[in-house]
Amino acid sequence: MLETLFPNVDWPNMWEATLETIYMTGMSTLFTFIIGLILGIVLFLTAPNQLWANKIVNWLTGAFVNIFRSIPFIILIILLIPFTKFLIGTIRGPNAALPALIIGAAPFYARMVLIALKEIDKGVIEAARSMGATTWTIIRKVLLPESKPALISGITVTAIALVGYTAMAGIIGAGGLGTLAFLDGFQRSREDVTLMATIMILVIVFAIQFLGDFLTGKSDKR
Amino acid sequence: MIELKGLTKIFDTGKAHLTAVDHVDLSVPAGEIFGIIGYSGAGKSTLIRLLNGLEKPSGGSVEINGQNITAISGPKLRKARQKVSMIFQHFNLLWSRSVQENIEFPLEIAGIPKEQRRLRAKELIELVGLEGRESAYPSQLSGGQKQRVGIARALANDPEVLLCDEATSALDPQTTDAILDLLVDINKRLGLTIVLITHEMHVIRKICHRVAVMEGGRVVELGEVLHVFQHPQENITKRFVAQVTETEDSAETVRHLREQYPEGQLVKLIFVGDQAEQPILTQLIREHTVDVNIVHGNISHTQRGAYGTLILQLKGDSAEIGKALAYLSTHDVQTEVMGDA
Repeated sequence: MLETLFPNVDWPNMWEATLETIYMTGMSTLFTFIIGLILGIVLFLTAPNQLWANKIVNWLTGAFVNIFRSIPFIILIILLIPFTKFLIGTIRGPNAALPALIIGAAPFYARMVLIALKEIDKGVIEAARSMGATTWTIIRKVLLPESKPALISGITVTAIALVGYTAMAGIIGAGGLGTLAFLDGFQRSREDVTLMATIMILVIVFAIQFLGDFLTGKSDKR
Repeated sequence: MIELKGLTKIFDTGKAHLTAVDHVDLSVPAGEIFGIIGYSGAGKSTLIRLLNGLEKPSGGSVEINGQNITAISGPKLRKARQKVSMIFQHFNLLWSRSVQENIEFPLEIAGIPKEQRRLRAKELIELVGLEGRESAYPSQLSGGQKQRVGIARALANDPEVLLCDEATSALDPQTTDAILDLLVDINKRLGLTIVLITHEMHVIRKICHRVAVMEGGRVVELGEVLHVFQHPQENITKRFVAQVTETEDSAETVRHLREQYPEGQLVKLIFVGDQAEQPILTQLIREHTVDVNIVHGNISHTQRGAYGTLILQLKGDSAEIGKALAYLSTHDVQTEVMGDA
């Protein structure tokens, strides 16, 4: 059945490409989460009237986030080639895609973190201050737990965007389903390969969405 | 216990300067329930936030239990805040934590070990009457229950002072009374000094010993609650007092009463403190040959005694009515004749 519908699909190859896509998405999501979270918290706390109100740091972080969020991903990959080469030693393969993926996605996630933190009731932060909490305690015990559902749904959206980015990174040889669809499917006119790669990507996206929704719902006690 | 000297807060909003608190001097002894009343924008929210250093003053000083709050910062201020706790109008509980975990939060901040935290939280849950709701989340609680959690949380680190920021303004009248009773109970049991701000005279009347009336950042009137009720000086104070006593003074009400009771003489009596509990009326009727008809009456109980007004219609011989009025005045009851028939 599969053989007749997808005569040109090389299954071990397809499977390997899927694993590469999952690897790239997973690793880049992890680092995006950490870096985006830090950037988002800095953006939040350095804003006027906040605990670390600081115009210069706020402006610099904001500028960094806005610039990298605005550069189209495909151009960002090319711009980052020297940086990637220096960091990873090569510009080919799944690991070489990571710097561009993370630098492209972390500012995007930082904005979502900022939105999530702004949603927190100011009174709760004030209450924690009135109890003598340090800023570090407020971050750990108020900001993060109180914005958890929004942080999770934000990273879900970001992870799904990253699946798309990995496919684009595939064009310049990052590997994964994007490379497979482009080289084996598009360039050799094997539509069934492209279709199968698309199906695999959809499965990954749906799995991420399902997991994200589940965790968001579980963490929301409101 | 609490000493405010020349306390001033000016907000710099870029173009304009807003003086929220203007040279306030106050002194609150230990164990007192001190109320600050004012309309929104009077500066009372800013004032209460100056007491625990959530706002930095532009001038003057705040001293709590001998410690100058305005002069300290960093770890010292955070330590001091554990002894000056606060409850809020909108409770400000962490929705991500259960009742138990919310109450444990200030204990975590104070670095209390887990086992002790649990025991202390259990005590507090009993104190505020929330047994059985330990593992509920704030979203599952009513407003009154949320404020009880707020109070338990505020008491966790054995504070010396409890600041109440419009603590009952978001609650219905019945729940308000229950929370106020709880505050009085805590004040008596733990000897806690309570400073509360409100715009409801009912709250002042029900639990405060002394009251300060704020307008435009200044304290315009200050005194024992009973005294302020009896002799309000400023117009704003009179308006607040009228919130809880009926507005029988208005010309319209007097005219209306006169129409309803055209005969005899209408007299308004004001009872304060002990007199409110003496059988003055009985004596009046026994010793004078006048007919007494009660037209209107109300009584308000404050922490330091009762305050009541009574409107009587006196019918009979005008000489006897005169004697009756003289009798009342010898008993320290304020008497006001509301016009002749």
